[in-house]
Amino acid sequence: MTTILDVQNLRKTYAGGFEALKNINLQIEEGEILALLGPNGAGKTTLISAICGITTPSAGSISVAGHDIVTDFRAARKAIGLVPQEIALEPFEKVINTVRFSRGLFGKGRRDDFVENLLRRLSLWDKRDNRIRELSGGMKRRVLIAKALAHEPRVLFLDEPTAGVDVELRKDMWDIVADLKKEGVTIILTTHYIEEAEAIADRVGVISKGEILLVQEKAKLMEQMGKKELEVQLAAPISDVPESLRSHALRVGEDGHSLIYTYDTTRERTGITKLLNDVAAEGLSLRDVMTRQSSLEDIFVSLLKEDAA
Amino acid sequence: MNWSAVKSIYVYEMTRFFRTIAQSLISPVVSTSLYFVVFGAAIGSRMQEIEGVSYGAFIVPGLIMLTVMTQSISNASFGIYFPKFIGTFYELLSAPVNFIEIVMGYAGAAATKAFLIGLIILGTSFLFVDITIAHPLAMLAFLVLTCLSFALFGFILGIWADNFEQLQLIPLLVITPLIFLGGSFYSITMLPPVWQTISLFNPVVYLISGFRWAFFGMSDVPVVTSLFAIAVFFAICLGFVGWIFRTGWRIRQ
Ligand SMILES: Nc1ncnc2c1ncn2[C@@H]1O[C@H](COP(=O)(O)OP(=O)(O)OP(=O)(O)O)[C@@H](O)[C@H]1O
Ligand SMILES: [Mg+2]
Repeated sequence: MTTILDVQNLRKTYAGGFEALKNINLQIEEGEILALLGPNGAGKTTLISAICGITTPSAGSISVAGHDIVTDFRAARKAIGLVPQEIALEPFEKVINTVRFSRGLFGKGRRDDFVENLLRRLSLWDKRDNRIRELSGGMKRRVLIAKALAHEPRVLFLDEPTAGVDVELRKDMWDIVADLKKEGVTIILTTHYIEEAEAIADRVGVISKGEILLVQEKAKLMEQMGKKELEVQLAAPISDVPESLRSHALRVGEDGHSLIYTYDTTRERTGITKLLNDVAAEGLSLRDVMTRQSSLEDIFVSLLKEDAA
Repeated sequence: MNWSAVKSIYVYEMTRFFRTIAQSLISPVVSTSLYFVVFGAAIGSRMQEIEGVSYGAFIVPGLIMLTVMTQSISNASFGIYFPKFIGTFYELLSAPVNFIEIVMGYAGAAATKAFLIGLIILGTSFLFVDITIAHPLAMLAFLVLTCLSFALFGFILGIWADNFEQLQLIPLLVITPLIFLGGSFYSITMLPPVWQTISLFNPVVYLISGFRWAFFGMSDVPVVTSLFAIAVFFAICLGFVGWIFRTGWRIRQ
């Protein structure tokens, strides 16, 4: 695998003196999907803006597809497509013209078959001669994607592509992303929705207050941080963990009808056998037993809590 | 050079112009015709000829300049301010283009529009007065240079402006007075000596004088001085654009 995006010691201090990015290091492999998770104001947009040439970094270096974004900015930018967070389009322009404009602006010759194909894939072909202002919000977002893809970039940045988008359209968007990945496009997307990262990303990065807290393969992340819970539902409620079970990491569930055991799936011994034996020895009668894996959301929240502490 | 980008911007801007061609042309043509009616016919009939040129014909170069300068500025400043205003500027910043290419696209399109409007006004004026153009090539050259310099100026204005008021304030407060006092409707030799001297500090005087020379072979200041003046104005604007390019002034945070 080759590194397609390399961010080294990136800092950004805005004119007012606010430090939005503090020493960011990030490497992205060609063809992967990275989801950047972070609360409002974490610096996600600033990071993308610095990579795409919209703001000037205060320190550090960035290269895209092996091209430095300052000394070799043309080659670097040709490799990048950007879908911004805010919808910004010229209201009176026709869909197809604005997409053609983007292609030309990025130095590519006019190719009607390519543009037609792109618009068809984004379900915009029927709307090609409509003015932007005649489109719905979701369609406008797709026009932004079409513009970003018009010059056949190798890396696509999607800054909150599904903010304010209904469930169906969100699924659409995920399909588009999956398609692009098949074609080998590297995708970096920011999102507040954990499900989104969980659904489509290969790796997940968490950013908060201008720092990257971690970047991990999604599966590994969930495995490593993923604690599992075993819930033992009881026939009769109890008020406290019985004396004989105190050696296990147990707590009493809501309204006393269950015991909840937290364990680590990656450990050699989970301690489940012993627990269940002890529960039987105590003479508790069980109604049901179930397990739960913590979601990325739990992980995310616990990371941010740790960071705040 | 990313010529494809220059072409894209230019074509895109020109398309906007042609989309609203009626509005773009009607207003300058109507206002010019009004000037002819008021100054040429009503007042002009009581004015004596100026160095053998009827007053109606005498004001033609000034009228063209008046429109061409204001049009260049407003087209270029609006052209680059609009993407900033609606937020599409991000695309220019993230594109593989340098500032020079952006300027060429936007200022080039603005200058072209102004040039076309200038030619249309010239055409309109043939309906009202008899004119023969003494130096047609020089006339076109002056026109092109003026369009380009003022489009550059407008571009700088559009980059600088933070709101629509600022966008209109400078043309209204600075440019329009300079143009009106620059001898659009009179020869500065008609002024008292003090005002003649003051007028010489007005750069527009040189442009209009040179342009008028191309029409009638007569001028308030030597034509070489006019050429020099417009070259200097052009160079100043170009230098400023170059400075913006190096510093990213008002463009990148
Ligand atoms: N132009 C600017 N000038 C000064 N501060 C800025 C500027 N742009 C952003 N900031 C600040 O930098 C920080 C990071 O902003 P950024 O837009 O990168 O956050 P974000 O992670 O994208 O948030 P969101 O999820 O809300 O989009 C914020 O505190 C913001 O106020
Ligand atoms: Mg953001």
